[in-house]
Amino acid sequence: MRLTLHVWRQASGSPSGRFERYDMPDADEHMSFLEMLDVLNNRLIEQGKDPIAFEHDCREGICGSCGMVINGRPHGPVQRVTACQLHMRSFKDGDDIWLEPWRARAFPVLKDLVVDRSAFDRIIQAGGYISIRTGAAPDANAVPIPKRDADSAMDAAACIGCGACVAACPNGSAMLFTAAKISHLGLLPQGQPERFSRVLDMVGTMDEEGFGSCTNHGSCEAACPKGISLDFIARLNRDLIRATLGKGMEVEAPAGGAG
Amino acid sequence: MARVSAFYRSTVGKKVLMAITGFVLLGFVVVHMIGNLKAFMGAEYFNTYAEALRALGAPFFGHGQALWLFRIVLLGSVLIHAFFGIQLWLVSNRARPIGYEKTPYLQTTAASLTMRWGGLLIGGYVVYHLMHLTIGNVNPDFIPGDAYHNLVVGFESTTAAAAYVIAVFVLALHLYHGTWSALQTLGLNHPKYNSWRRGIAAVLAIVLLVGFATVPVAVQLGVLK
Repeated sequence: MRLTLHVWRQASGSPSGRFERYDMPDADEHMSFLEMLDVLNNRLIEQGKDPIAFEHDCREGICGSCGMVINGRPHGPVQRVTACQLHMRSFKDGDDIWLEPWRARAFPVLKDLVVDRSAFDRIIQAGGYISIRTGAAPDANAVPIPKRDADSAMDAAACIGCGACVAACPNGSAMLFTAAKISHLGLLPQGQPERFSRVLDMVGTMDEEGFGSCTNHGSCEAACPKGISLDFIARLNRDLIRATLGKGMEVEAPAGGAG
Repeated sequence: MARVSAFYRSTVGKKVLMAITGFVLLGFVVVHMIGNLKAFMGAEYFNTYAEALRALGAPFFGHGQALWLFRIVLLGSVLIHAFFGIQLWLVSNRARPIGYEKTPYLQTTAASLTMRWGGLLIGGYVVYHLMHLTIGNVNPDFIPGDAYHNLVVGFESTTAAAAYVIAVFVLALHLYHGTWSALQTLGLNHPKYNSWRRGIAAVLAIVLLVGFATVPVAVQLGVLK
C-alpha cells in the first residue's frame, strides 16, 4: 500500500522542529508499524539522510518504550495496543499518517519522536516502593489478600509507564500514571505502611514536574494501551484526602527501623 | 499542618476545594430552581415566598440577616471555585507549550471541553442576572419588593429571556460534567454505583435546564403575566 508520512523532525538539542513529508510507496499490510518505519529508515540511511529517531525496545507491547502520536491518537488508531503491536493492516492504501512525539512540558523532546520520560521515574522514586523485611523469602500465600484487591492491584500494575495518558490528556496531566502506581501498591497489604506518605510524595513530585491538572475528561483511559481505569484516579484522590484529613494523618513515618 | 499545606498546594487539593464549593453552588441552584417554579402559584404566593426568604431564621436572625449569611457563603464559594479553576487552567496551559497537529480529544464531551470558558460565562451572566432581577438597575420597570412583577417585566424582553435560557443551558452543561467530575475528585466511587454517576449528573442537568427555562418561556408565551 502507498502511504504518505508526515513526521515531526526535531534535531537533538533543538527547541523546535517541523513536519517532513515522506512517501512510503510499498508498505506491506503484514508489517508492524515500527517495521514500516525501519524500512523507511533504511532507505533514508542509504540516501545518506538522518533516520527518524523513535524509541523502541521489546516490540511485544510490554516495555512501554515505544510511543508516538499517530494521527492524533497515542499509539495509533487501535484501542489497547502499543505502537509496536500496531500493524499496517489498520491503515488503508493512500492514507496520510501524521507522526508526532508526546507533547508535554514534562516530556522534553530529545530527538524527532523520542521524548525524555525521566519525570515518570522521579514520580516513582518519590514513593513507588514498599518496606519489606530482609531474610529468607516468605512462604507463598502467607499473606492472605482478597481476590478482588489482588485483581484490582494487578489491573493497576499493568501500567507500562509509556506516557500515552499524558500525551492524550487535553491538560497534559499525569494523573492516570500516578494513580496506577499508587494503587497497585496501596491495594495490597505490603503497600500499607507507606500508603499515605506515598500518595502525598508522588502527587507532590507529579505537580513539581510540570504536568497539568486533571479535569476528568477520560482521554487517558481511552488512550491507555493497558486499559487502566479512571477509577484509580478517584482512588488516588480519596487516598490524598485521607492522608491529609482522615485516617492517614496518623501514619507519619514509613515502616522499618533506622539504618 | 505540613500535610494540610501540602494538600492545599497540590493540584488535587485545589480540585477538592473546587468540588466542595461546586456542591455548595449546586445545592443553591437546585433550591433557586424550586423557588422559581413558585411563580406558577401566582403573584401573591411568589411575593410571600420572596419576603419569607428575607425573614428567614426569624426571630433569631433579624430581617435579611440569614439571607445575607447565605449570600456571603455563596460569594465565598464562587470566589474559591473560580480562583482555583483559573489557577489550574494556567497550570494545564503551561503543561503543553507545543500543541498537536492532529488532536482527536478522545472520550471528551462538549461538557468536559467547555468547563472553563463555560464557567467564566456563567460567572459573567450571574453579575448581569443580579443587576436584572435583584438590584434591578438594568430592569426596565423594577419595583423593590415586588419580585413577581420584576420577573414578568424582566422576561417580557425576548433578548433577556433568550440570554437566560442560553445561560441556563451553559450551566446545565457545566453541571453535567461538573457533578460527575466532583464525585471523581472527592474519590466517591465504588464499582457498585459507578455506572450511576454519569446518569445522576445527566438527570440533574436536564431537570435544572427544564426547571429554569420554564419560567422565561412561560412569560414569553404569556402564561405568566
